[in-house]
Amino acid sequence: MSEATEKKPAKVVLKELQDKIADDAWEAKKRGEKVGWCASNFPQEITTAMGIPVVYPENMGAAVGAKGGGQRMCEYAEGMGYSGDLCSYSRINFAYADLKKCEELEIPFPDFLLCCNNICNCMIKWYENLALELDIPLILIDIPHLDQYECDEDRIKYIRAQFDDAIRQLEEITGKKMDYDKLKSVMEVSQRSSQAWLRAVGYMSAKPSPFSGFDIFNNMAVACVGRGTVEAAEAFEQLADEYEALVAEGKSTFKGDENYRILFEGIACWANLRFTYKTLQSRGINLTASVYGPAFSFLYSNLDELMAAYSYVPNSNCFERELELRVVDAKKNKVDGAIFHMNRSCKHWSGNLYEMERQFREQTGVPTIVFDGDQSDPRAFSEAQYETRVEALVEIMEENKRKEAQA
Amino acid sequence: MADIYTMGIDIGSSASKCLILKNGTEIAGSAVIAAGTGTSGPRRAQEEALAAAGISMKDIRRSTATGYGRNTVEGVDAVVSELSCHAIGIHAVFPDVRTLIDIGGQDAKVIRVSENGRLDSFVMNDKCAAGTGRFLDVMARVLELDVSELEEKSAKAKNVVNISSTCTVFAESEVISQLSNNVDICDLVAGIHRSVAVRTAGLVRRLGVVEPVAMSGGVALNGGVVSALEEELGLTIKVSPLAQLNGAYGAAVHAWGQLEKETL
Repeated sequence: MSEATEKKPAKVVLKELQDKIADDAWEAKKRGEKVGWCASNFPQEITTAMGIPVVYPENMGAAVGAKGGGQRMCEYAEGMGYSGDLCSYSRINFAYADLKKCEELEIPFPDFLLCCNNICNCMIKWYENLALELDIPLILIDIPHLDQYECDEDRIKYIRAQFDDAIRQLEEITGKKMDYDKLKSVMEVSQRSSQAWLRAVGYMSAKPSPFSGFDIFNNMAVACVGRGTVEAAEAFEQLADEYEALVAEGKSTFKGDENYRILFEGIACWANLRFTYKTLQSRGINLTASVYGPAFSFLYSNLDELMAAYSYVPNSNCFERELELRVVDAKKNKVDGAIFHMNRSCKHWSGNLYEMERQFREQTGVPTIVFDGDQSDPRAFSEAQYETRVEALVEIMEENKRKEAQA
Repeated sequence: MADIYTMGIDIGSSASKCLILKNGTEIAGSAVIAAGTGTSGPRRAQEEALAAAGISMKDIRRSTATGYGRNTVEGVDAVVSELSCHAIGIHAVFPDVRTLIDIGGQDAKVIRVSENGRLDSFVMNDKCAAGTGRFLDVMARVLELDVSELEEKSAKAKNVVNISSTCTVFAESEVISQLSNNVDICDLVAGIHRSVAVRTAGLVRRLGVVEPVAMSGGVALNGGVVSALEEELGLTIKVSPLAQLNGAYGAAVHAWGQLEKETL
């Protein structure tokens, strides 16, 4: 095949795109442009349309955790006086803000901060602290936690006012003007990306799933940081096409037979990703449902709907909506069991996890396990405890399958 | 026909247990060694159980290992999680039991047992050691007692002391502080038992209470904890006479089941 016609696999394209977004931010910083640190679910439509480079401390926290630097950075932050009970992403970020270096990964230092509390309310304090320490402006979009099922008109107005004000503040800080035609086209592109991402992860319902579910944890990075770009939309469309082709052929990138299908609840244990994955994969367990599938897809057709879409981020929803998201996903993707990560970093996620697990188990009828861990601090995870729970889950799923076969 | 022996080996964090079953029903020998995985405990437990049964390793037709150190036992025919083995074990002792509470050295488990004696679902304690055997070990040491003395002490309690800390280290400080205030040791022990019971009852409620309920594990030997749990849950708990050996018993029954499957 000639070089001109050879097409890189979508996962390679996505990784390169992720690297390019990071490189672009460094280049912009060198050119003297203002660069921001941004919360993962801040409406990226604003910064993408205005051409403002931003980087994501949460992504850095995950990458540092995966590359083995989580414990060192967390311990440094604790030495600064931060509590070990704080989110490990925040501790890694506080350590980096102080050290100004990190051997696993570095991101350009910020001139401003963009915070959105739809993913985490504690994050406001994290970003306020950064604003004080670094003496830079903080722009906050406060999205009220949904205490009802739907985002109503009042909430939309409240979020919209802040959305408009964030644009005004960013214009002042960066000197760049919002082009509303560009905003419209970024919104359209974001829809393309979201639809394609949903289509891609939707193929997990196929038996066997065309891909190893842990791939979601890698591919979602671009869904988070770059979904407003044409390159991302094209990469996700390619990814969905690749999965579609695999389904048609009955093939999968999952290594080995897919004996069991599970829902994995929560953020991955980045520092223990290999162990958590291998423990499952070696027993023929594939992840075929995760909130990360639908989570990074923001579906809307106008600005008001965009505001509502950002209030439907998991962790910002009411419990009933959160539960339904998982139950529907688990049923659609035909899971045999579920693994719930009691993520010690995340107060919101761990706060309602036991009740989520209980109601999920009752509504789906599938066996569940809960294990202790953390997104980037390996000290909260025990290999033996994880393995024991997974083995017991396999034994229950095996027995359930035997009974099904007999019936 | 010659007797057929199967062996169950349960290697825990603080003890090694071995049980030998004759013809699938009769306990021919057993041993509990207070040394867990990574020690000489597993080997000694096997040797003692074999000696008690009056047989040697070559007489064992099938063996199953379970427990925290299950993957380190050499030469076994199967490795099964302790959750399943406990379900199998308690079903063999009390076939009607639907909920098993097992408190071991470093974990507490609540297991739903199906009608056919299989593991149906379970919950376990989180990373905290409160409510486990280790918690009681630490408290007994502070009180200068052996864990075997705790039951007798708590039975004499008149005013049960409230131990509010769930953290083992904090609770230890709390007990020391109460001791220095000359609080009666019996009242303190009863408070410690209630602390374990309240925490375990929370786990039971998370899974859902389905009676009959039984208890196994080393802590089941402590009638003070069992009584406190009965009071907390408002029900009667059957105590497995095998206590610590329940997992090893389940493993031996599992090994027998495997043998039966093969010969069918």
